[in-house]
Amino acid sequence: MKIGIPKEVHVGEKRVATTPDVAKQLIKLGFEVAIEAGAGSAAHYSDASYVEAGVTVVKNSHDIWTESDIILKVRAPELNKGEIDLLHEKQILITFLWPAQNPDLLQKLAEKKVTALAMDSIPRISRAQKMDALSSMANIAGYRAIVEAAQHFGRFFTGQITAAGKIPPAKVMVIGAGVAGLSAIGAAKSMGAIVRAFDTRPEVKEQVESMDAEFLELDFEEEGSGTGGYAKVMSKEFIEAEMALFAEQAKEVDIIITTALIPGKPAPELIKEEMVASMKDGSVIVDLAAEQGGNCKLSQANEVVQAYGVSIIGYTDLPSRLAGQSSQLYGTNLRHLLTDMCPNKDGIVVVDFEDEVVRGATVVKDGEITWPPPAPKLSAAPVKPAEPETPPVEPKKETPSWVGPALTFGIGALALLGLGAVAPASFMAHFTVFVLACFVGYMVIWNVTAALHTPLMSVTNAISSIIVLGAILQISSEETAIMWVAGFAVLITSINIAGGFAVTRRMLEMFRK
Amino acid sequence: MSEGIVTASYIGATILFILALGGLSSPETARRGNLYGIIGMALAVLATIAGVTANLEIIFVGLLVGGSIGLVLAKRVQMTQMPELVAILHSLVGLAAVLVGFANFMDPARLEHYTGVELTIHDIETYLGILIGAVTLSGSVIAFGKLSAKITGKAMLLPARHWLNLGLLIGSIYLCHLFVEQSAAGGGIMPLYIMTGIALLFGIHMVMAIGGADMPVVISMLNSYSGWAAAATGFMLNNDLLIVTGALVGSSGAILSYIMCRAMNRKFLSVIAGGFGTTSGSGSSTAEEGEQGEVISLEAPEVASLLAEAKEIMIIPGYGMAVAQAQHIVCEITKALRAKKVNVRFGIHPVAGRMPGHMNVLLAEAKVPYDIVFEMDEINDDFPDVDVSVVIGANDIVNPSALTDPDSPIAGMPVLECWKAKTTIVLKRSMATGYAGVQNPLFFKENTRMLFGDAKSSLDVVFKNL
Repeated sequence: MKIGIPKEVHVGEKRVATTPDVAKQLIKLGFEVAIEAGAGSAAHYSDASYVEAGVTVVKNSHDIWTESDIILKVRAPELNKGEIDLLHEKQILITFLWPAQNPDLLQKLAEKKVTALAMDSIPRISRAQKMDALSSMANIAGYRAIVEAAQHFGRFFTGQITAAGKIPPAKVMVIGAGVAGLSAIGAAKSMGAIVRAFDTRPEVKEQVESMDAEFLELDFEEEGSGTGGYAKVMSKEFIEAEMALFAEQAKEVDIIITTALIPGKPAPELIKEEMVASMKDGSVIVDLAAEQGGNCKLSQANEVVQAYGVSIIGYTDLPSRLAGQSSQLYGTNLRHLLTDMCPNKDGIVVVDFEDEVVRGATVVKDGEITWPPPAPKLSAAPVKPAEPETPPVEPKKETPSWVGPALTFGIGALALLGLGAVAPASFMAHFTVFVLACFVGYMVIWNVTAALHTPLMSVTNAISSIIVLGAILQISSEETAIMWVAGFAVLITSINIAGGFAVTRRMLEMFRK
Repeated sequence: MSEGIVTASYIGATILFILALGGLSSPETARRGNLYGIIGMALAVLATIAGVTANLEIIFVGLLVGGSIGLVLAKRVQMTQMPELVAILHSLVGLAAVLVGFANFMDPARLEHYTGVELTIHDIETYLGILIGAVTLSGSVIAFGKLSAKITGKAMLLPARHWLNLGLLIGSIYLCHLFVEQSAAGGGIMPLYIMTGIALLFGIHMVMAIGGADMPVVISMLNSYSGWAAAATGFMLNNDLLIVTGALVGSSGAILSYIMCRAMNRKFLSVIAGGFGTTSGSGSSTAEEGEQGEVISLEAPEVASLLAEAKEIMIIPGYGMAVAQAQHIVCEITKALRAKKVNVRFGIHPVAGRMPGHMNVLLAEAKVPYDIVFEMDEINDDFPDVDVSVVIGANDIVNPSALTDPDSPIAGMPVLECWKAKTTIVLKRSMATGYAGVQNPLFFKENTRMLFGDAKSSLDVVFKNL
């Protein structure tokens, strides 16, 4: 099938749905790929590089739309710029669509009898992570948010002590530790700032702390995890506690990045006007939710607002500001989706509703609106930690009974008494030495560190060859047989003495700090 | 030389031996401890030689030849072969005990020295010395064979083996009775020969019935026996130095056996009785086959990048590392990672390898600093903070079913909880089960990645990509 990539017509959009790298892979899958001339130029992918990758460059936008079986785009087709009218029956359109926000568009697509897949509706399940364009774009947006903040912030991020005085580190607060939030934390952290983060979902605490940032906690019990890795709307009390925390932090921090979004709803308002007013002069707020109404009262989409000495950045095109990288990632997301939809690698795409991912992403099929999809069976983070902890098996312990020890002691005492009754004094003297030596051995050996157990064995082996004394004592015997037996015993025990001590020494030499 | 001076030297040697063992409490003092041991041994041997009246030249030839053989052995041995060396050295102590016992019995002066109860006790001492010596001898030879793979490492199980052992025990007690009776009348060499044969058979049978991974227990037990043999010889010869040294070595080996058994949550008797993992293990592994999940395998370069990105790494070596001789490349990787400020640590299970402390010696040989090598109890709680745990050729000691599955043959055995780390990488030759014959659910966990192949060659590639 023929894939067509038109130039994005949205003002300021620099991304392109396919890069030369991705196109090569698509061709390997059996597709023909055509691109509108200049589609990649804003992202610094020249037409020549596409040609080199085997892509046909088409001068005329109209031809791309009419002659392709599959259209790949970044932004949804615009109603008033005629893109939608170029679509024809049986065509497959894959792009960001935001079906919840754009019911008109959905209707129009249905009328055109096309099949449309929304990249933003890919279910957020583990298998679909490689196609999750929302995540890959959010990652870029989070990074870029810090870069934008740094540009508007008149100070260093990192703290320094120089000959000319001290530079305090910047304090950054990130609200919403999703993909974008975490990416912003990472970027701010690597520039040397002190980073704090807040999220209503307690399970992200670990992720925040793994990035070396501080997780701000409310003294309040409420689980904020919704389905699909998003947060849900919180109770009134919770929001009040949250607001108090933000108000307090606003006085202290230099930069606030807000990324709080709840799917299908306007962004929650988290930073009120008085909080902005309480911030230090020169502070910066980057509102990543500006497109959905903004987390900050004062932010305006696509604008930098100056209020109370604070710059409030409401850019909605942050991924587009890193067009090369975001095109590459988005293109790869698209490629993974197409690989999934093209099981035979023959360039023929199948819209298989048995496939959970394809089902979730498809918003219009052959002119029929199929949005919203049935709820996904599995979300990326389990709705509730469903796995019951298997209680660890206690090592079997026998209840200590007094019978055992008493019996042992009794028998031991009797045996000793019996021995003492019959044995001569000389034997008892040796026996005393023996028993005491066993106890000394017991005390000494417990102090040996586990790391030295092998040297312990070789050194005890060497000293157990003290048996050589027995052989030496017997060697003066007049009986030749005894002499030779003893002589042989001396020989083999010497092997043991020399070998045991030498190998212990060799091992111990190796142990070093 | 007077009796008093000889005794004084013996006391000195005793103290030096105790200091030698005491020195092993830490690596710094251990080297000095070994020196004390050498001095003690020299002191004891010289003091005894001073009392020798004839045949001095045989002693010197024996000491020289034996000593040189020992030194060459100690120089040549590979660190991975330490268990074999220790086993074969144990057998020499056993053999010496047997020889000294026989020599003592053949001495006609014996009947002049002892009469009545004293003679009986002396005979029993001789008998015991030879018995323990013979068991140590044949047991160690078989252990050596198993460790050097000359004999199959699998447990050889005769039918009715417990009855056989019991029969051998009763037989030796009866022979002891016969021997004491005949010895008083001037004979007794026949029962002694027969008993020696029985003891040798018993030693062979006992170790044959024990499988490869129980070797740490066997080696420490034989270590203990060699001590008891020396102690029995000491009783026989009325020599306190032998008694003390024998008791020290005997209790040392006994404690090691106890530690090893505890590390496997098994009773000493059940290890010695042998036959582990052959009946119960196969049953449960077939039962579990149904619920195996998917194994995620990685290539070496991916492992390298995982390691490079981690901040906390825990390496868990097992017998597989020794087999593959991978300790040097492990050390190279450790150095490279530590240079990048990655905190690399080693977690050692007490029964990892084929003898107590086996892994520590291998890592020390590869020049891994010992202060980053930890015992299981020291680091088991740290796993949740670990980014990547790397299991090299270990299986049962990292099996989570020991904690979760009460029916597992290894239930209750303390294990290294490596699966609590963010990612676990398992280096393994194949999916075969470990010694216990139990399937390891670790391999199927979601955060486990497998790197199949020989540990050394896999790690070589990892190192190149680092």
